[in-house]
Amino acid sequence: MFDRIQSRAVLLPHDDIDTDQIIPARFLKVTSRDGLGVHLFQDWRYDAGGAPKADFPLNAEGARGAKVLIAGHNFGCGSSREHAPWALCDFGFRAVVAGSFADIFRSNALKNGLLPVALGSEEHARVCAARQADPSLEVTIDLERQEVAWASQQPIRFAVDPFARRCLLEGVDELGYLLSLQREIEAYEASR
Amino acid sequence: MATSPRTLFDKIWDAHVVTERDGEPAVLYIDLHLVHEVTSPQAFRGLRARGIKVRRPERTVATMDHSVPTQAGTARGRMPVVDAEAAAQLAELEKNCAEFGVELFALGSDHQGIVHVIGPELGFTQPGMTIVCGDSHTSTHGAFGALAFGIGTSEVEHVLGTQCLLQRRPQTMLVEVSGQLAEGVTAKDIILALIAKIGVGGATGHVIEYAGEAIRALTMEQRMTVCNMSIEAGARAGLIAPDEVTFEWLKGRPRVPQGAAWDAAVARWQALPSDPGATWDTTVVLDGSALEPMITYGTNPGMGIAITQPVPAPDQMSDPRERAALDKALRYMDLEPGRSLLGHPVDVVFLGSCTNSRLGDLRAAAQVVAGRQVAPGVRFLVVPGSQAIKRQAEAEGLDRIFREAGAEWRESGCSMCIAMNGDQLRPGQYAVSTSNRNFEGRQGKGGRTFLASPLTAAAAAVTGRITDPRQL
Repeated sequence: MFDRIQSRAVLLPHDDIDTDQIIPARFLKVTSRDGLGVHLFQDWRYDAGGAPKADFPLNAEGARGAKVLIAGHNFGCGSSREHAPWALCDFGFRAVVAGSFADIFRSNALKNGLLPVALGSEEHARVCAARQADPSLEVTIDLERQEVAWASQQPIRFAVDPFARRCLLEGVDELGYLLSLQREIEAYEASR
Repeated sequence: MATSPRTLFDKIWDAHVVTERDGEPAVLYIDLHLVHEVTSPQAFRGLRARGIKVRRPERTVATMDHSVPTQAGTARGRMPVVDAEAAAQLAELEKNCAEFGVELFALGSDHQGIVHVIGPELGFTQPGMTIVCGDSHTSTHGAFGALAFGIGTSEVEHVLGTQCLLQRRPQTMLVEVSGQLAEGVTAKDIILALIAKIGVGGATGHVIEYAGEAIRALTMEQRMTVCNMSIEAGARAGLIAPDEVTFEWLKGRPRVPQGAAWDAAVARWQALPSDPGATWDTTVVLDGSALEPMITYGTNPGMGIAITQPVPAPDQMSDPRERAALDKALRYMDLEPGRSLLGHPVDVVFLGSCTNSRLGDLRAAAQVVAGRQVAPGVRFLVVPGSQAIKRQAEAEGLDRIFREAGAEWRESGCSMCIAMNGDQLRPGQYAVSTSNRNFEGRQGKGGRTFLASPLTAAAAAVTGRITDPRQL
């Protein structure tokens, strides 16, 4: 079930962050969903020798335990790899706040309990600036009320698919839901 | 009863809605599910954990493509795959397909190849279908007038288990490409020009329908190139209305209806094109006759220019976000703003991928290469999209042209497009690639990619530099 989040945030404000950056293809040769967090943003995060780069936000003090990632616009574009939300979740993120999201990433994220929160351009710029000014900024995300807030910022309403919201809040399993529609699916197949 | 005019998309969507409860997404029936080794293992594990079967194995087809080796002879399994992890993933696909009764075109099969190449080639892909695959370039199949889109692994599991997906109805976009393409300008240049115009997020939330004189004049292979890269503009799917070109291409392929059933199918398919008076949510117009060969300079497919144009300069960008993105991209690419790319040295040329690895692509590149040599110091990989294409190319002597020029003639697979199989750039290398993504590290960590057409790629291979193919 998806509870209210209150957490520090990692800021990665670039636009068009593609899923190849979130998790490079060479880490997709796995047969389970687990353990991908260590490779999250691998090629931005580690130097050629494999040591964490000090200036990369995910390596900053305080990034550990952060549940919110603040990114730019069109987050998650490119490949459909669900390994991207798996890696983000495995690292500990529960929500991504961005200007916008690519369609497949948004869908994949929601199926893994990772909440995509899209803000308007002006509000997005404001949260980036606030986090830039205060690395310890706490962001609060309330899915029930569909609101995001930080510091002195009045809660801002965000849009989320009502069905996806219900699935997250009530722990509805989408495959279970589809399986419950077996009679409708059989009737459709018979009608063709 | 009179119905209002509908688009091609509307007709396919409406025909596949199983049910749609108030406020809930539509339950969309999937006609064809394509499966490969990388995005399916977790889905099959999920089925096993629940104790459920694949609902429609006959609507499910698998191949091995992403991590298979492509060195000569490896398609027969004579050479090992890149590492133990890839081998385990391939073995798991084989086991899953056997256990769940799914047809598999494995390494060693005469029909193995890139999933988006073999689907159409074998006639699995047909007009009016809904088609999904755990791969974003599933949009390729839209060239046949099928609604085809990429899905994540959770959704792969949903389709395996129920043959259905929960989907909200997307918006629609008409992309009208007018006029006739000039000599040396290809389908790849159309799609790169479109993405440069509307941006990598320009069609997010939309299904694109491509129309207009320049689109109608394309072969099926070229239409696949255009639809393939719809996702690079953010669209999950791209569609082209089926016509005589489509039917002629499909007729007689192994899995299409035969005899009287074929005639009936064509009659159904002829009703698919958008009705007169149908409307789209957004319309984009592109003058096909004004297009030039395109090339990308940056780190996403929207960062493209006509090959004769200079690389844009960050200080000329008024939008600070665009300026920051361009600056970051040019630093990664180590390119100077304001300068032409023509003459820029190239280390590797890759001709392949689900975008441009079909017979027509190989023929076009071979015409440029014939009678010439690959430039000294340049590595030129030619990777056919499927074993069938490879055989046909060899029957035509294309392999000889490439080999005699000094290119590597390889087995079929995704190869250096995604660089999972050991075919990859070294850090700092520059490649001209006919693939679909120039993201940082996409073709190998630290590698730098210029996306272009097979003609432009071949021109770079023989000159060792970025070259306007019209000047050769």
